[in-house]
Amino acid sequence: MAHAETDAQGRILAADGTPLKQSLQRALRAQKMRALLLIAPLLLFVVITFVMPIGDMLLRSVQNKAGTHYVPDLIPNVAEQIEDWDPASGELPPEEVFRAMVVDLQVAFDEKNHTQLGRRFNYESPGMDSLFRTSGRRVSGLDLETDGPFREALIDINDDWGDLEYWATIKANSGYYTNSFFLAAVDMERDSTGIAQKDPDQRIYRKLLVRTLWLSAVITFCTLLLGYPVAWLLADLPARKANLLLILVLLPFWTSLLVRTSSWKILLQQEGVINDFWVWLGFVERLSLINNQLGVVIAMTHILLPFMILPLYSVMKTIPPSYLRAAKSLGATNWTAFWRVYFPQTTAGIGAGGLLVFILAVGYFITPELVGGADGTFISNRIYFQFSAIGNWGLAAALGTIMLVVVLVLYYVYDRLVGIDNVKLG
Amino acid sequence: MAFTETRSDTLRPSIPFTLSFVGLVGGLIALALGLMRGQEPTQLLQFTGLTVVLLCALAFAQLHLFSNAKGAMIVTGVVVGIGGLAGAGIMGAIVFGGLAAAFSWFVFWLHTRAYRDPMPNYLTSEQVLWYYGFRVICGLVFFYLIFPILVIIPLSFNAQDFFTFTPEMLRLDPAGYSMKHYVDFLGTSAGRPWVDAFRNSLIIAPFATLLAVSLGTLAAIGLTQPHVPFRKQITALLISPMIVPLIISAAGMFFFYSRIAVQGSYLGVILAHAALGVPFVVITVTATLSSFDTSLTRAAANMGADPVKTFFKVQMPLILPGVLSGGLFAFITSFDEVIVVLLVGSAGQKTLPWQMFIGLREQISPTILAVATILVVISIALLTTVEMLRRRSERLRGMSPT
Repeated sequence: MAHAETDAQGRILAADGTPLKQSLQRALRAQKMRALLLIAPLLLFVVITFVMPIGDMLLRSVQNKAGTHYVPDLIPNVAEQIEDWDPASGELPPEEVFRAMVVDLQVAFDEKNHTQLGRRFNYESPGMDSLFRTSGRRVSGLDLETDGPFREALIDINDDWGDLEYWATIKANSGYYTNSFFLAAVDMERDSTGIAQKDPDQRIYRKLLVRTLWLSAVITFCTLLLGYPVAWLLADLPARKANLLLILVLLPFWTSLLVRTSSWKILLQQEGVINDFWVWLGFVERLSLINNQLGVVIAMTHILLPFMILPLYSVMKTIPPSYLRAAKSLGATNWTAFWRVYFPQTTAGIGAGGLLVFILAVGYFITPELVGGADGTFISNRIYFQFSAIGNWGLAAALGTIMLVVVLVLYYVYDRLVGIDNVKLG
Repeated sequence: MAFTETRSDTLRPSIPFTLSFVGLVGGLIALALGLMRGQEPTQLLQFTGLTVVLLCALAFAQLHLFSNAKGAMIVTGVVVGIGGLAGAGIMGAIVFGGLAAAFSWFVFWLHTRAYRDPMPNYLTSEQVLWYYGFRVICGLVFFYLIFPILVIIPLSFNAQDFFTFTPEMLRLDPAGYSMKHYVDFLGTSAGRPWVDAFRNSLIIAPFATLLAVSLGTLAAIGLTQPHVPFRKQITALLISPMIVPLIISAAGMFFFYSRIAVQGSYLGVILAHAALGVPFVVITVTATLSSFDTSLTRAAANMGADPVKTFFKVQMPLILPGVLSGGLFAFITSFDEVIVVLLVGSAGQKTLPWQMFIGLREQISPTILAVATILVVISIALLTTVEMLRRRSERLRGMSPT
């Protein structure tokens, strides 16, 4: 320290004459900037192509939209007039509301939006789809000056305009935001008395969520049961042999998911290879292995098994084999040596593999769709069904949001337990 | 020395031991088969007893006639194989001859105590039994892992439109095999949906990979710098496309990409697939970089290389294996993806997985077998490449090749 330059206050100076502390800080800042600049393009890319879409989906689950328009934008006058009406009064809305409905429907019909509106309300009260669809043309024929009063005119066009429940639905869903999709996603509905459970035979989503979680847990357990001995064997063998056997684990890992699913679909069929072998062994009755939960468990356990074996293997590789020998030489039985000495050291691998398999299983779509049949489908399949067949995007988004929350909680636990930096591939 | 002598003293070949073990195993198999066929108790007893006696007699004869396993295997295998040929054709010869040879090997393996060779000789009998029981369990799991993938290959050469082995195929009759499903894959002039789908996959996957690899590698270099603010949060965000269920990503992308007008276009699908491939690139490249010796870049800078030159001449060649295997992961992610392309793409971007998915869901056509075989071959090629890259990377990093 003999020749360090110092300034008037006794601070150590760098070669260029600035205080050393300041100079170091500047260098650190520059380093941080450089790192961030390198990350920035990808971060921006992922935010635009992935994070914003997810955000969009979250918004969708609460936006009250019919097609691409907000409902209150399609029926602005009704939304304004119906505010003061109370469905609990047991009376139909006043004449102004009916008149506003005629005004809004005429505009909506001209812009061909009335069917979208009907479909949106139909999710809440079945029957409103046809009400809007059939009323469109005749309402547009009404003259606002001469054809009043409009309450009678509308009821004349379709009796259902006199149904108090329908008006209650319109009032409840005339805002920009709604919780009705989330209510539907947890099998609840809003009726004239408030929020209530749906009829037991219409409760499907909670059952589906429970089934998804249960089957994922079963699959995770099966992968652990089958994966543990294999990972142990791999960790136990000399490196050359282990690498050879590891290829048998990695080949399924690298093979297309669709190939593996189609192969299971072909193997498990009534007239498939497994059933043919079964009959050849002498059995009379063919097994029904496909289009049920058993088929999903068999196929998904196979598909997810590498995700269990690889983390287990990487943990077991670090356990010195001498521990087991030491335990035995100290008098432990084989079982005690395994259960008290070896097993506790592998729990990290079990946690890592189990969480990974569970997270992946919860979101599976293709395998349940193709081998699951009616009672083996997962919540993903229902979301896709809402998208492709029904078109109820709000409900699909609400179901997706619930599922996302479940997965993110698991992701957080995984991060805590394993650390995302420690995810390994291949 | 003392140990080996003890062993040879206590574990001399003993005919009663060998025969009782052979009888036990044979009897158990016969019992299981009989039970499965639903035989009557008396019939079951007769069948099992006969099997045990027959197998023990055979084993006894072999131990007397032959001095080592090799001769016994060849002679027994050939004799029984000829019998099988007469009874059930080529397949019969292979199966029965093979079983007989395996039996002879098993008898000598037991009798000469060769099963004790791979383990320390102080193990108790239970431990030896567990050693082999454990390997049998693992073997079954490996079979479960690999059988569904390999069985597709012979099935794809079926001459019939069946999804199982026909009697002709089992007899190894050439008439039972054909390239028919591969011809179907190529299509006719009227329409070649599979080839079109394959082409679409080959357009989308490389672009998505290129995008993911170039951005991902840069980011991985940034993430491995010594001082990165919010490193954990950023990593979590960049890896999340791998964790979030695909149906959720697909739903969100459908909404958002429709709004920015890229839904139903190649660009939309490529962007979506690139986002899904990013985590794989980030993970593999970060892992490679974590063992990269940073003093090399300092040395390069010391000798006057600018950062760009250092990157391309020093860093890149060393981390290239990691980058390439990350790229392969990204490629296979795109090449294997269905849900996102179903929602984000339109009919014009129908990829191979999409076509397969439809083929499996609606009317399952045997052409799928041919496509699946082609994909299995591709994945074997990819796996080989990744393995070679991994070894090369370990060599480059000065680790011992494992």
